[in-house]
Amino acid sequence: MKTFLAEIKTSVVLTLLFAVLLCGVYPLAIWAGAQALFADKANGSLVTDQAGAVRGSLLLAQSFTSDKYFQPRPSAAGTGYDATSSGGTNLGPTSQKLSDSIKAAVTTYRTANGLAADAPVPADAVTSSASGLDPHISVANAGLQSARVAKARNLPLPQVQALVTQTARDRDWGIFGEPSVNVLQLNLALDRLAAAP
Amino acid sequence: MNNPNSWFQFALYVGALLLVTKPLGLYLVQVLDARGRTWLDPVVRPVERLTYRLCGINPANEQGWIGYTFALLAFSLVGLLFTYFILRFQDHLPLNPQGLPGLTPHLAFNTAASFTTNTNWQSYSGESTMSYFSQMVALTIHNFTSAAVGIAIAAALVRGIARQTAQTIGNFWVDTVRVTYYLLVPVSVIFALFLVSQGIIQNFKPYTAAKTYEPYTIQVPKTDAAGKPVLAADGKTPVMVDQSVDTQTIVQGPMASQIAIKMLGTNGGGYVNANAAHPFENPTPLSNFFQILSIFAIPSALTYYLGRMVKNQRHGWAVWGAMFAMFVVGVLVCWKAEASGNPIHQQLGIAATDGNMEGKEVRFGIFNSALFATITTDASCGAVNSMHDSFTPLGGLVPLFNIETGEVIFGGVGAGLYGMLIFVILAVFIAGLMVGRTPEYLGKKIQAYDVKLVMLVLMVLAATILGFTAWASISTWGQAGLNNAGPHGFSEMLYAYSSAVGNNGSAFAGLTANPADGDPHWDTTLGIAMLIGRFLMIVPILALAGNLASKKLVPASAGTFKVEGLTFIVLLVGTVVLVGALTFLPGLAMGPVVEHYLMGAGKLF
Repeated sequence: MKTFLAEIKTSVVLTLLFAVLLCGVYPLAIWAGAQALFADKANGSLVTDQAGAVRGSLLLAQSFTSDKYFQPRPSAAGTGYDATSSGGTNLGPTSQKLSDSIKAAVTTYRTANGLAADAPVPADAVTSSASGLDPHISVANAGLQSARVAKARNLPLPQVQALVTQTARDRDWGIFGEPSVNVLQLNLALDRLAAAP
Repeated sequence: MNNPNSWFQFALYVGALLLVTKPLGLYLVQVLDARGRTWLDPVVRPVERLTYRLCGINPANEQGWIGYTFALLAFSLVGLLFTYFILRFQDHLPLNPQGLPGLTPHLAFNTAASFTTNTNWQSYSGESTMSYFSQMVALTIHNFTSAAVGIAIAAALVRGIARQTAQTIGNFWVDTVRVTYYLLVPVSVIFALFLVSQGIIQNFKPYTAAKTYEPYTIQVPKTDAAGKPVLAADGKTPVMVDQSVDTQTIVQGPMASQIAIKMLGTNGGGYVNANAAHPFENPTPLSNFFQILSIFAIPSALTYYLGRMVKNQRHGWAVWGAMFAMFVVGVLVCWKAEASGNPIHQQLGIAATDGNMEGKEVRFGIFNSALFATITTDASCGAVNSMHDSFTPLGGLVPLFNIETGEVIFGGVGAGLYGMLIFVILAVFIAGLMVGRTPEYLGKKIQAYDVKLVMLVLMVLAATILGFTAWASISTWGQAGLNNAGPHGFSEMLYAYSSAVGNNGSAFAGLTANPADGDPHWDTTLGIAMLIGRFLMIVPILALAGNLASKKLVPASAGTFKVEGLTFIVLLVGTVVLVGALTFLPGLAMGPVVEHYLMGAGKLF
């Protein structure tokens, strides 16, 4: 018992010392380094407009519903794209609810993009991501949405398709992950196109 | 699986893992020796000495197994209380720009137990529960210390095996301090900065309100002047009203510093609810690659450390080989299942070639999600980059099975090695029974006392998982937490207790363990399960270490069973799989296996 009490004393001192070093000095050092080297990223890769107002983060999906914008994946974060409530549906493979929502999403997607009633739909377009904030869609998904967007904006289809190709991100180093298209980035590029004379 | 690129990524991962194993293993030999030398000595040595002086630790003074255990328990108890009280009173502490309230007693207990035991099960969602101070201090301290403690115990057991007629197995304080200072902190610093370069945040700003480009409408429950929900005429259904949303509140905070050690220390507790699936926590496939590499790096290196310490490198590699074989099979099964996708959803029109993308992120895709899920559950990490709950039945079976092997497929830092050594001793014992001679392990006779300790560990863990799952299955509180009906609901419960006892921390995350009505059952039972899974494993293991250390070495003879080479690997894998499978097969059959067949038949719940 005496040894145990002695060990408790050592534990308390070591815990407090660790708290200072590992929970004070260490994060502050990373903070200083991060702000000095990668300030934009360390602060959330924020997108600001010309007036300087924050409009979102390049890393986080936000809702786009109108035809003139590319639309992100369905979101289960809070009531949808709620960045303070990240998460997926967590519905399992035999879930009625999931099956119903996919069925509805497939119909909506086909109608919105003028696809045949039996056309296969890209999986990412009708399933919720893990975070609910997945900023990307697949290249196939962006391709299928291009015609709708071109029509809504009165742009030639090849111009929109070219924009998709430009925005698409290859695998990191050509190896890691999957190719993807950042929806917010693509929509901003579209808006810039419209704003240009 | 038809994409050669995915195979190439897999090969690169294995290559990178092999590449770090030996150098990191050799480095561990120095770190885990009180008189070891590293190139960090000029900078770190003074801090280390100062730490000993302030804490009254005599680094030259080694402990027997009882002393080692007491120190460990005292340190864990203090850490548990430290975290518990910070979480309870975070509203009175600094760095809480969102004004988040203190946690309820049962949630604070669950979380403190979770982080102390290296589990990092999270009944809460980080971004709406934890202040920056709680994240940075209450939780991150355990990301370091629970990892360091795990490695310390592994080292103590390895010393027990390597030494003969010895009374001591090392000094707990020295092991913990040295692992933290020489290994965890330096790697975390570099890793955290790399992660920021990929897009992880690191700041102390309040959450940012962004004015989104397209406002949209949601339905929210109507509330009266007092803030109470307004109910329809039937007195039950809440009245819904439209609300226009034109802002997105973006989470901020000191994330990178926490994520680096979360992965490296196989902790796995996310800063935000979506964990490593969240684009802030794991922004790019490149950050993903290094995060999964950092999960396995130390556990893999520890097998090299084992070989070096017992002067039988081939034994170290054999243990590595057994882990590796089980890892590869897990990846292939999970990958195949997820790539094949869900026939029910394909019937609805989803392109069959896309696989099961529900609960996965586009930048990672099927392969990197399956790989991450396998690695995070092989190791007791528990971070997720996809939602295991939405995996196909067989895809979800892999993580569940991995956890139920006892987290020995590389396993948690330290915990993986000491867990695997339990199976090694059991395998040697079984081999001894088969040839009818006293089993020996590296020159130590394995006797009744040793095998009893081994069986104690295995049986307590299995009984805890199955007992709690059974209780939850037949209880109102248990079923109230479920997000899915049918066999999948049972899987959610089985996964929860497996994860807690295995100190993994991942979940079939639809399960609500901290319900809005404040029912404490899930939080409390999971908290207890985590403490059992950690400490009822560690104490017998340290007893075993002490007992092995005191034994004499007997010279190897022609009849000695060789703990290297393919025969040994097969025997070891067989022991792990049989003990895991036989204990949990009925449970798995009632959950994922039956669900697989029901999915094939198109049955929905």
